[in-house]
Amino acid sequence: MTNTTIINPEAEKRKRISYGMTLLVTGILIYLFFGVNTQAGAQTTFGLNLLGSQAIPVADLIIPAQTAIYLMITIVVFVGAYQLARGVRSTGLLIGILAFTFVASFLTWAAQDKSFNLTGMLSSSLVRATPIALAALCGVLSERAAVINIGVEGIMLMTAQAAVVVATVTQNLYIGLIAAILLGGLVAAFHAFLVIRFKVDQIVSGVAINIFGAGFTSFISSKFLQSATDTLNNSGTFPIISIPLLSKIPVIGPTLFENNIIVYLTLILVIVIHILLFYTPWGLRTRAVGEHPKAADTLGVNVYLTRYVNVILSGMIAGLGGAYFTIGSVGRFDELMTAGKGFIGLAAMIFGKWNPIGAYASSLIFGFADSLQVKLQILRVPIPSEFLLMAPYIVTMIILTGVVGRAIPPAADGQPYEK
Amino acid sequence: MSQTASSKEKKEQTSEGIGGGSLREALIVPALAVITGLILGGIVMALSGSNPFQAYAALFAGSFGSPTDIINGLQIYFATGDNAELVRSMYPFTESLVTATPYIFAGLSVALGFRAGLFNIGAEGQFFIGALCSAFVGYSIKGLPMIIHLPLALLAGALGGAVWGMIPGYLKARFGAHEVVNTIMMNWIAFRLSDWLLTGPMQASNFRPVTPNVQASAELPRFFEDPLRFNLGFFIALFFAYFIYWFLFKTTLGFEVRSVGANPDAAKYAGMNIIKNFVLVMFMAGALAGLAGTAQVLGVDHWVGQGFSAGYGFDAIALALLGKSHPFGVVLSALLFGFLRSGATNMQSIAGIPIDIISIIQGLVIVFIAAPAIIRWLYRIRSLKIEETVLTRGWGK
Repeated sequence: MTNTTIINPEAEKRKRISYGMTLLVTGILIYLFFGVNTQAGAQTTFGLNLLGSQAIPVADLIIPAQTAIYLMITIVVFVGAYQLARGVRSTGLLIGILAFTFVASFLTWAAQDKSFNLTGMLSSSLVRATPIALAALCGVLSERAAVINIGVEGIMLMTAQAAVVVATVTQNLYIGLIAAILLGGLVAAFHAFLVIRFKVDQIVSGVAINIFGAGFTSFISSKFLQSATDTLNNSGTFPIISIPLLSKIPVIGPTLFENNIIVYLTLILVIVIHILLFYTPWGLRTRAVGEHPKAADTLGVNVYLTRYVNVILSGMIAGLGGAYFTIGSVGRFDELMTAGKGFIGLAAMIFGKWNPIGAYASSLIFGFADSLQVKLQILRVPIPSEFLLMAPYIVTMIILTGVVGRAIPPAADGQPYEK
Repeated sequence: MSQTASSKEKKEQTSEGIGGGSLREALIVPALAVITGLILGGIVMALSGSNPFQAYAALFAGSFGSPTDIINGLQIYFATGDNAELVRSMYPFTESLVTATPYIFAGLSVALGFRAGLFNIGAEGQFFIGALCSAFVGYSIKGLPMIIHLPLALLAGALGGAVWGMIPGYLKARFGAHEVVNTIMMNWIAFRLSDWLLTGPMQASNFRPVTPNVQASAELPRFFEDPLRFNLGFFIALFFAYFIYWFLFKTTLGFEVRSVGANPDAAKYAGMNIIKNFVLVMFMAGALAGLAGTAQVLGVDHWVGQGFSAGYGFDAIALALLGKSHPFGVVLSALLFGFLRSGATNMQSIAGIPIDIISIIQGLVIVFIAAPAIIRWLYRIRSLKIEETVLTRGWGK
């Protein structure tokens, strides 16, 4: 609540030293984990072409493994030493360097004497980040107006099911998508109605939506869908749309410009919501309602209406996220198929400090980790894959502790407003 | 802020009123909420082409047992002294209590967190870790007498969960890292860790990802012969419910915890140690969730497999809310969940209604409990006081 940012020279110094030390320790860790275990003559091949992509083929990146790892160590140690001596202003840059050097050394080590498709992994990271990002955006939009929507998991389950059933019955994926978005808005409207009109505790309402959503979709699934898969639960998926010219760019093309409509919509939404929130009067009102509803009310902003609109819009975004699970990726509904992605989205939202672009960046980390794990299983890395799977969660905790620290929600977040 | 604090106080007084005063008011909304939830659940069943009356009859028989069977069993017992029939007729009722046992522990865990203003979404992970720790102590140590082995296994489970809960508590207190994010992260770490343990170090044989059975000396004693799994765990759970009640409402430390929950700023100015309270509460909450897993392993399953926790941690959030974060309220709602879940299995096999209908009913019940205005409006109750509905503290501050 006390959101004062007084610059404390002692704390600044401590922070500088701890960052510098972290970088140096990372350098040592990279050496111990990967440097030592890399054979002198080993080469790592990073594939840059994706099978079936329209991009102009380029030569694979073949690098001497050991040299590359030592280069990474040099970079991280140098930046660490510089940080200790002088200090780098941008903490984001430091984290970026830290993450990049570590991941790059790890991949070089893991794929030594083998081939690893870099473009494939980047592309699948983006795809896997999509539902997480949509859940996070849903949270951002509604919490900026001070309504917590923890029910995103439940909304995504219900809309995932609605999307595939409607799309199968109507034989039209776009009608399925619209149905999912509308249902998402409807459930969110119910949430808004409970928390605004009846002042129900927002988390309670969200939990109720989650439990109801899980129960309802599983009920429908085992009662109707399982016995009639072909007529109700088999829709096919959105085709990949290649954007002319742009998709021809090597690496970037297959990653960014050869996706299905939901992935594109997500990218557009991130930018649009960012602009709306921070550069339009509507965004200013929304944030005012989230920070200090009484003041906003005094200045003539309709607090209740703003909240209704934001929550309903956020539910529609969650509906888009739900549609991704079925008609956007596998074309059928399985029970509890969202598998906690909604909650991870909420984590990404907090991690991204309630900022659309931050939330999307955090989602990418989870998406990256998700796809990395799949690829590494193919490489047969001598680490149990379960530990690799844990890595993103541990990294999130460390970063949240050391870097982001106190994530400060909108001041009125979670509180009902009374005139 | 001070307004919230004073209304919080008021709320606590009303919820403490379960012991004295306005029992009717404390119970009428939950009772009507449950009834309304069941009616709406029946409508869903009817809409999906099933007979709700048959379904609820099956649910009732599955959760309490059939009255004729019980009377029959009693007659045979008194006539011949043979209790086999009686024991068989008691099966549904005791099985409901068995189902309720982990719910009580897990619900207490989340409720305790709520009291301190912490939202413990991590009960699921703590449950899993507790189960694994107690199973490990249960099967790996051999030749101990039960009087030592069983408490040791219980303690291991509680400690495992406690450590799992304490980490986010400490990170929250020391660095302000959000407990909601960190408990979710700890859940996933627990799932992956258990995947690894169950397919590697703790795997019993090469074919199934399950641990070996725990030694007989680490099993929670059962009160009846084999088909009945009713065991000591249920009474341990009740004991802990009383213990948490005593801790929260009768000790200075509990007062501090509630103060920190109601208004951390005021608590801090009053000289209370926020860090200590957060860590303590998450330690205890983790221990309770760990015991939920432990009770399930040592009392019912005797081994741990993949997908063992089956959503207890998330149901626990609902339980804590339903019980208004009061230990006795949690026990009542855990019993309700236990009876519903246990009976639903019977309903599924007899009436062909998917067990998931219970989650639908649960979701509806939570909405009605949280929005008593709907219940008041539905049943035209005017006399009820407007209850304070802020139970949680959002993302916390």
